[in-house]
Amino acid sequence: MTTTNKVDVGPDAPRPFPLRALRTILSILRQLAERPLSLIGSLMVLVFVLTAIFAPVIAPFDFDQIATGPRSAPPSADNLFGTDRLGRDVFSRVVWGAREIILLPGIATAISVLLGATLGMIAGYMGGWVDEVISRLFDSLLAIPAMVLALVMLATIGPSAAGIVIVIVLLYTPIITRVIRSATLTVRSLGYVEAARLRGESTLYIIVREILPGILPPLVVEAALRFSYAIFLTASLGFLGLGVQPPSPDWGRMVGEARNNYFQAPWTMLYPALAISILVIGVNLLADGLRRIFRYEGQL
Amino acid sequence: MQTHTSTTAARPGDQPVVEALDLCIDYRIGKEWLNAINGVTLKIDPLEIHGLVGESGSGKSTLALAMMNYMASNARISSGQVNLDGVDLVPKPATEMRHIWGRDISLVPQDALASLNPAYTIRDQIGEVMQQHMGYSQAEAYAHAVEMLTRVRIADPEQVARNYPHELSGGMQQRVMIAMALSTQPRLLVLDEPTTALDVTTQAVILDLFRDLIHDNRAAALYVSHDLGTVAQLCDRVTVLYAGEIMESAPVHDLYAKPLHPYTAGLLNSLPRKQQGTNTRLYTIRGVAPSLQERPPACVFADRCPVVLDKCRAEKPPLEATPDGRKVRCWRWQEIARDELDLLPEPERIPEVTQKARHEVLEAAHVSKAFGNADLLDRLLGRAQPPLQAVDNVSMRIQSRWTLGLVGESGSGKTTLARTIVALIKADSGELELYDEPIALDLTQRPQEVLREIQMVFQNPNDALNPYQSIGQTLRRTITQLSKERLSELALIQRVEDLLLAVRLPADYADRYPTEISGGEKQRVAIARAFAANPSLVVADEPTSSLDVSVQAVILNLLKDLRAREGSSYLLISHDLDVVAYLADEIAVMYLGEIVEIGSSDAVYNAPSHPYTEALISAIPEPDPTARDVTIRLQGDVPSARNLPQGCRFHTRCPRKIGAICEQEAPPLRDAGDGHLIRCHIPIDELIELQQQPPQATLDDEKLITPEDGD
Repeated sequence: MTTTNKVDVGPDAPRPFPLRALRTILSILRQLAERPLSLIGSLMVLVFVLTAIFAPVIAPFDFDQIATGPRSAPPSADNLFGTDRLGRDVFSRVVWGAREIILLPGIATAISVLLGATLGMIAGYMGGWVDEVISRLFDSLLAIPAMVLALVMLATIGPSAAGIVIVIVLLYTPIITRVIRSATLTVRSLGYVEAARLRGESTLYIIVREILPGILPPLVVEAALRFSYAIFLTASLGFLGLGVQPPSPDWGRMVGEARNNYFQAPWTMLYPALAISILVIGVNLLADGLRRIFRYEGQL
Repeated sequence: MQTHTSTTAARPGDQPVVEALDLCIDYRIGKEWLNAINGVTLKIDPLEIHGLVGESGSGKSTLALAMMNYMASNARISSGQVNLDGVDLVPKPATEMRHIWGRDISLVPQDALASLNPAYTIRDQIGEVMQQHMGYSQAEAYAHAVEMLTRVRIADPEQVARNYPHELSGGMQQRVMIAMALSTQPRLLVLDEPTTALDVTTQAVILDLFRDLIHDNRAAALYVSHDLGTVAQLCDRVTVLYAGEIMESAPVHDLYAKPLHPYTAGLLNSLPRKQQGTNTRLYTIRGVAPSLQERPPACVFADRCPVVLDKCRAEKPPLEATPDGRKVRCWRWQEIARDELDLLPEPERIPEVTQKARHEVLEAAHVSKAFGNADLLDRLLGRAQPPLQAVDNVSMRIQSRWTLGLVGESGSGKTTLARTIVALIKADSGELELYDEPIALDLTQRPQEVLREIQMVFQNPNDALNPYQSIGQTLRRTITQLSKERLSELALIQRVEDLLLAVRLPADYADRYPTEISGGEKQRVAIARAFAANPSLVVADEPTSSLDVSVQAVILNLLKDLRAREGSSYLLISHDLDVVAYLADEIAVMYLGEIVEIGSSDAVYNAPSHPYTEALISAIPEPDPTARDVTIRLQGDVPSARNLPQGCRFHTRCPRKIGAICEQEAPPLRDAGDGHLIRCHIPIDELIELQQQPPQATLDDEKLITPEDGD
């Protein structure tokens, strides 16, 4: 009973690599489905992803089409979530908005994970002055409050999709680097990494073939968590008016703009806010489920 | 609850303190309940120290905790009773047990530091038990805590009582745990591998303490261990557990003198002993212990038994009582008792290592390594601690087809020295020569030809292999990296197969992943990897310390076979002198970064010895209950290597210290003949004379240890 994590890889012999990886993924999915909360989280995320992909099919109107009905009309059969001040269909805007709120944080998280994992592994494995430089640099970045940094950055380069991605990458790469660095330190001292050093493997080989597989569990969990925070940050920036500019349907901006009109037309604010909450909770539940599967007890 | 009655009075008659009656325990794995302990009946009389021996997975810890009616969250007692002074504990809920735990039953766990709360002082923690169970006021409890610390022979108990756990050394923490366990004068003391994490010299002192205190306290004790040596030294009766069933239970002298069960006999025979010739194989028990899922329905040991009958696979043998009061579960015990079965075949001899002219493989000269571990900020602020001198100016040489054993307590620098040789740690200074050619101290500077010649076997087999690569992938990569010439695909496959066969694994293991094989098998693969490119020197760092006794024998045999076959040399690091003596031609003893004695195995084991070696050998718990009269006990702990003692580094603990010279002058390296060197102020002749008789200082039983010795 020496399995280090619960990812179940069956005992039967020979298996080529891709098949083995596939089985591991299937096993993770099966274990997610076994826990009710993880299952709910996964389904929530799945619904939003499908919504984003099939937005043109699902949404009855275009996101910037005005006068789809009466202005600030309450939910009805025609306008499921009602309409806003310009008579735009809130349901269609929420559906279209799913694309941006998933895509932007998604891209940003992916870049952060890529950068953070690489830098974290390099800092953790090489140690010495390389580690000092990377760690101290990122420590100073982390010392600046996230929201302040984001506001200053976006004020400088101007609010845009690219701006948001850059801000998120800048904020989250140091955090991921730190998590991966400490995971790398653990793996680095294991016998199989030392054996690889003793047979003269290059640093690149050791990092990619020996260390990377070992840090995948914390990396996957961290990525899922960062994704949920990135969604929230994007929405917050949108709310402050620093997100993607109109006419794009940005959930955060929708909430922000509907705020003044809240008592007259609560639906214009309620539905995008609900969408944000549900998506963030879903991703969080999924991340939590992954952490339990990998038995990863790192700091959040 | 009649357990309230006076707990100290000796009980009349035969009433055992605690007894398990036909106890069955299950574990929930996934969705099903699997049986872990099957029908165990065990009783412990007053004053008895009962040993419970078993390999990992035998259920010994589960059973020990069950004797306290304490279960893991996924375990349950499915049937049976646990009686404490005649009262069944099993139906009692945890709320009721809380009054019994700590008062009537105490536990001394393996890891003392993890069991002490870091946020409270020692007296708070010992006192809490007495306030809770004996209604003491805080002042009374504190006074009593100090008294308990005195009883576990801690010098300056007033000071230690005010300390926090992290301020004490491992041995001292374990003493505190004992003091806490005994503070309520419990009826039963459960000792779960209490000395496994300690050094052999500390272990010897703690075992003495157990023996005295348990008898003084008139308690009964259950001592759980995988170590047949400590059990022989401490226990009155021994029960051998295998796959959740009792195989044999007998008084300790009878059991070691004449085991009646083939498993017990196999365990005892597979221990390396120093008397054994170095060219015989160790006895091994074939196969591996069954997991919970695959326990055989009839005799659980049948698949591994050397004298198995058809009947053994068909019918479960009962636990029979022998006329002389022993118990044994085997169909053939009467034959074994009458010596009609040969349980120990004549040991196979290993082909002699060919006596070709020896030459030097590796020479290390004046190697030093200090660990600074001050970070940038500390350095800038000038508050860095003095460096920890792990290896200090060590020189040694290793001959071809030769094994050099390196022994010492934790903190002696033996692992650091080995790692500087393979260059996993870069030595600060010194020279290394391979076949008289200087080699780099830095691993990245070493060319492939040097890497090929020096390989390593690691301590923990569970992280020695990359879990994401198949065994075949691991071996192939090592071969292609280190081989002199490029091998064809066919030659590669052949070589992997050869290596697996050389470590006695089937060739189809190449397709398996490390998670699919046992710990012993992983270590065999790790050894195969070390031999992938015919190295000249294999450094083995505690290669068997995390393995069970029966698996250890397999690995030791294998290392011997490979040495004969491949003609490699070994640098073997171990805290276990018996393991070293079994494999090594030459032994070097390290203390605080220095080699204090080096010589052939025989020479080191016999007089004259360095006083430290003498104490180390004396502290080994012999797996023989008749050999309990040990003479030398080292007191105190190893001083910190950040602050080395002046003069002879061993003078703070030396039982043969001759005076001020030991504290002021570094001792000379004296030659006792045949390259046997001893670093001591006492001349060789006098050492020989002294070591005929026990030293004076340690005869004094009341000698106390001082807390400042901890680092």
